[in-house]
Amino acid sequence: MNLDDMYRDTILDHNQNPRNRGHLERPNKTVGMLNPTCGDQIELELLVADDKVVDIRFAGQGCSISMASASMMTEAVKGKTVEEALALARDFKGFLTGTKAVQELGDLEALQGVSQFPSRVKCATLAHNALEKALTHDVKG
Amino acid sequence: MIDALVDLKQDFPILSRQINGHRLVYLDSAATSQKPQTVIDSEIDFYTRHNANVLRSVHTLAEEATTLYADARQTVARFIQARRPEEVVFTRGTTESLNLVARGWGDKFLTAGDEIVVSPMEHHSNLIPWQQVALRTGAQLKFIELTADGQITSQAAQEVIGPHTRIVALSAISNVLGTINPISEIAVMAHAVGAIMVVDGAQSVPHQPTDVTTLGADFLAFSGHKMCGPTGIGVLWGKLPLLEACDPVTYGGEMIAYVDRDHATWAEVPEKFEGGTPNIAGAVGLAAAMRYLADVGMQRIYQHSISLGEEAFRRLNHMEGVQVYGPSHPRSGLVAFNIDQVHPHDVAQVFDAQGVAIRAGHHCAQPLMQWLGVGSTARASFYFYNTDEDLDALVDAILETKRYFRR
Repeated sequence: MNLDDMYRDTILDHNQNPRNRGHLERPNKTVGMLNPTCGDQIELELLVADDKVVDIRFAGQGCSISMASASMMTEAVKGKTVEEALALARDFKGFLTGTKAVQELGDLEALQGVSQFPSRVKCATLAHNALEKALTHDVKG
Repeated sequence: MIDALVDLKQDFPILSRQINGHRLVYLDSAATSQKPQTVIDSEIDFYTRHNANVLRSVHTLAEEATTLYADARQTVARFIQARRPEEVVFTRGTTESLNLVARGWGDKFLTAGDEIVVSPMEHHSNLIPWQQVALRTGAQLKFIELTADGQITSQAAQEVIGPHTRIVALSAISNVLGTINPISEIAVMAHAVGAIMVVDGAQSVPHQPTDVTTLGADFLAFSGHKMCGPTGIGVLWGKLPLLEACDPVTYGGEMIAYVDRDHATWAEVPEKFEGGTPNIAGAVGLAAAMRYLADVGMQRIYQHSISLGEEAFRRLNHMEGVQVYGPSHPRSGLVAFNIDQVHPHDVAQVFDAQGVAIRAGHHCAQPLMQWLGVGSTARASFYFYNTDEDLDALVDAILETKRYFRR
């Protein structure tokens, strides 16, 4: 086990300088999600128009893996269609649990090392679960 | 020097493991303790030579298993100074024990307007059962507020315990703050208003001598696995008249006296509460653990726990960028802490890479996390097999964590 496999520089960068952290002025989809085993929480705000993720922000608290993953995810889905964003969440989760080969995941690929640490996979997928919930349930802003 | 018990490490085979290329430094005994060879051997011996169901058959193995199970109950009774073995109910652990009191006593005797007194430092297992009783009966939960360093004073308890109090339920030692609560004093207040005193002993019975005749408790719950015993076995001790007054909560085999098509009557205490085949091997293993602990000496273990806990607090409290929680003195053998700008899960991960096992999270005490104003903490917890060297490893691991995340 090598710690550096998990804590790649990209992850530490996203953790220390999170992208899209904060709140939207007029979100039309908002979800909160808890990781009950560790108390981590995330709030996701989206502005979805014409079937596209026009803008996205996240807030909450959690470990470097969950916060970096949230930051990377928001960058990856901004501007994508709802269908593309859902596909990304699915692909990423499959990628981490070893059921899917590497896709075009951009920065998110830096989280590959997490798959060696089963107890941390839930940290890395928290934001993606929140995204799926926001885009598939009838949630309101 | 704290390492007077250093030679006992060799009794625990797991402590000679290497983890990620380092000597295992096990600092998670508040979650579960490690097991000495004698406890492991006792379970193997039970299954190898004596396995049978208890209280049922007349064959030799059944007699042996029944005797071993009864002997285990005697050993538990002696360990906590109970007057009679019937006062010892075997359960799966502290959680089940507390749920048993909440359902068996609380549901039966509480009504709207009654009050249940707890504290914000309670483990979820000594809070949620009472929340649920309150919902079912209309009783109200009241909280004894803590001092700034996380202690319960007699005055604070006196302010909350009143004429409507029917149950006071407190942990003897906090699993996060390390606070040692004044149980006997508070029990006097509870009894003065006619309330019963329920004590969560999950962190105290493994670490200090327990004498239920002087503790002041009416019920005492604890787990075997935090005191060198197997998982899945625990104890509810209760005063006999109170146990007799409780309703059973698990119905089925072995807990009955007489059954017809429409009715049943109950067996005597403690069988009344032990429906179904009990964890026989677990009880045998717990008895072996208690004999082992008695040989080491509970007073020695208590001194050792306090020394390690207080020394860890002192050393971490002096480290820059490290917050420690709870009182400096007296404190039991654990210390919860946070490192600036590093989430506890990341702390625990870096520790693990150095072979140091700690817990990170909310420690099943979310209301306490809210009181502390943090989402979670790291926690190092000690037992008598930990040494000065392990404390050094804790400090080194904190330094390494700070270095790793400031690169």
